[in-house]
Amino acid sequence: MSIEPILKVRDVKVHFPIHKAKKWPWDKAPALKAVDGVSIDLYPGETLGVVGESGCGKSTFARAIIGLVKATEGKIEWNGKDIVGLSHKDMNEVRKDIQMIFQDPLASLNPRMTIGDIIAEPLRNYYPETSKEVVVQSVREMMTKVGLLPNVINRYPHEFSGGQCQRIGIARALILKPKLIICDEPVSALDVSIQAQVVNLLKEIQKEMGLSLIFIAHDLSVVKHISDRVLVMYLGNEVETAKSAPIYADPRHPYTKALLSAVPIPDPRLERAKVVELLEGDLPSPINPPSGCVFRTRCPIADASCAKDRPRLIDLGQEHYVACPKAL
Amino acid sequence: MSLLDVDNLRVRFTTPDGDVTAVNNMTFTLNAGETLGLVGESGSGKSQTAFALMGLLAKNGIIEGSALFEGKNILGLSETELNKVRAEQIAMIFQDPMTSLNPYVKIGPQLTEVLQLHKGMSKKEAFEESVKMLDAVKMPEARKRMDMYPHEFSGGMRQRVMIAMALLCSPKLLIADEPTTALDVTVQAQIMDLLNELKSEFNTAIIMITHDLGVVAGICDKVLVMYAGRTMEYGTTDEVFYDPRHPYSIGLLEAIPRLDTEGEILPTIPGNPPNLLNLPQGCPFQDRCAHVMDKCRQEAPALETFADGRQKACHWTPEIITSTTVQTEGALT
Repeated sequence: MSIEPILKVRDVKVHFPIHKAKKWPWDKAPALKAVDGVSIDLYPGETLGVVGESGCGKSTFARAIIGLVKATEGKIEWNGKDIVGLSHKDMNEVRKDIQMIFQDPLASLNPRMTIGDIIAEPLRNYYPETSKEVVVQSVREMMTKVGLLPNVINRYPHEFSGGQCQRIGIARALILKPKLIICDEPVSALDVSIQAQVVNLLKEIQKEMGLSLIFIAHDLSVVKHISDRVLVMYLGNEVETAKSAPIYADPRHPYTKALLSAVPIPDPRLERAKVVELLEGDLPSPINPPSGCVFRTRCPIADASCAKDRPRLIDLGQEHYVACPKAL
Repeated sequence: MSLLDVDNLRVRFTTPDGDVTAVNNMTFTLNAGETLGLVGESGSGKSQTAFALMGLLAKNGIIEGSALFEGKNILGLSETELNKVRAEQIAMIFQDPMTSLNPYVKIGPQLTEVLQLHKGMSKKEAFEESVKMLDAVKMPEARKRMDMYPHEFSGGMRQRVMIAMALLCSPKLLIADEPTTALDVTVQAQIMDLLNELKSEFNTAIIMITHDLGVVAGICDKVLVMYAGRTMEYGTTDEVFYDPRHPYSIGLLEAIPRLDTEGEILPTIPGNPPNLLNLPQGCPFQDRCAHVMDKCRQEAPALETFADGRQKACHWTPEIITSTTVQTEGALT
């Protein structure tokens, strides 16, 4: 295939300096390594699922792509152009193409603005010359598209349920006709029946508009349902990445295996018979991560060699990469 | 005799906008050592049921019906009597482990307080007992942890503290209100494993409130599916999962994305849950139901009890009772 990826991320790191931990003013501040070397390619019309426990850096990674936090190192190429360290003005140009949907549907909507104003805001912000009529018309169009009745345009967010608020958030992200939408846990706060509605809506819109999606979630079953490729993160590191089908059928990294076996199956017989690979303990602190492989403190197959070097990504063929030398 | 016998429980709230019936005609029994799953969407009355049993309802709440705990009605008890029942007989763990622990007080005193108050133990005895209980919930270095503040613990560890606290007086019934919702899957698996172990060790009955049907499948013996404050379906876990008879349970089971199945578009339940202040006439589920009939819009279906103890509130009868889930043994390895 000769299709170029629209987004190319190479070895991106996001480190937050902790100034409080400095002993002397001239010391270099130790860093919290939120994201520590992640590389991905994203093709047009494709969905990348990002999974991992809370605190693994999935949200920070997404925020680095859209420029809400600055990447300390690495390259983020959008359509062949590096967007790390762009000026605010140039970044705004890029943001016309990359939009975001947030986790808490109600908290991400301004309670004092009407639905119409909320959805229209990106258009008014990026294209202030648009006439009022055109704005209202595109808002109505977007509302119909996400399954909201256009006659609620003058209502306020508190009058809507969680699922409807998430639809408003999606409409707001869509109005600029972006090429990529980053969805940060878009369905985690929703009920099961509503969750299915929103996942289906995202899939439909993606097909219709040819969007690329980065779908961040901690629910592996939802990610399986929507993603073409999956990136598994642990403590800021890329642990395994592959096409959706092989990673679920044949997970190679011990962390991916543990993560998958922990997901409860809504089937009593299967669920009771299932052997869960329980991970011992908690996530280590990202300020002082373990040496070598960051997962070794909880890994069931770790030995002394794991403490030495940080494992490199091994190519298993068919775009399946895993960061564990024992996974071959 | 069953441990808990809830009969026609009704919880109403008087609000300035009118009466809200949060729980309507709920009937179930629970035996010692059994686990009941209360399933439903947010606002379906799961938590209010638990609050009613524990006497924790808001001031404007009105309870009707009865709940016999070992033959004694625990609804409408005075505060002193309730305090005896709470903790010693029934304990509760809450969804958010951070907000249910006092951030200003070390874990130790928070645990020992329970024993000193309810069991009249001395400080030292209570301390030893608490350490033992922390060990039982698999808290590493339990003795050291007694001297730590809640913020020094991770979410999973805090939930372990909550479970330990609830089990200190060895209650006969544990009400767990979404105990793993705020936790990661790996931690959830740890906590579920722990609850399953404690269940067999202490023979505690559990009421598990959750919206995750996967959690129910793993731990519950019986399931009660709630919608808009009403029981939709009640039966053993296997019955409800393999042979659901209510359109809502069928829809709910189909709508969950699963790891062990493939599929492009998820089946959904259209629409939104109704406003409890403004329930439609007839069945509350009518607008979202795939099998809605004229009758459903006129009268609400009564809760039928079948010979095998199953309950269902629906006018529609599935013609061929089939299992919605295809059995594939060992699909997930």
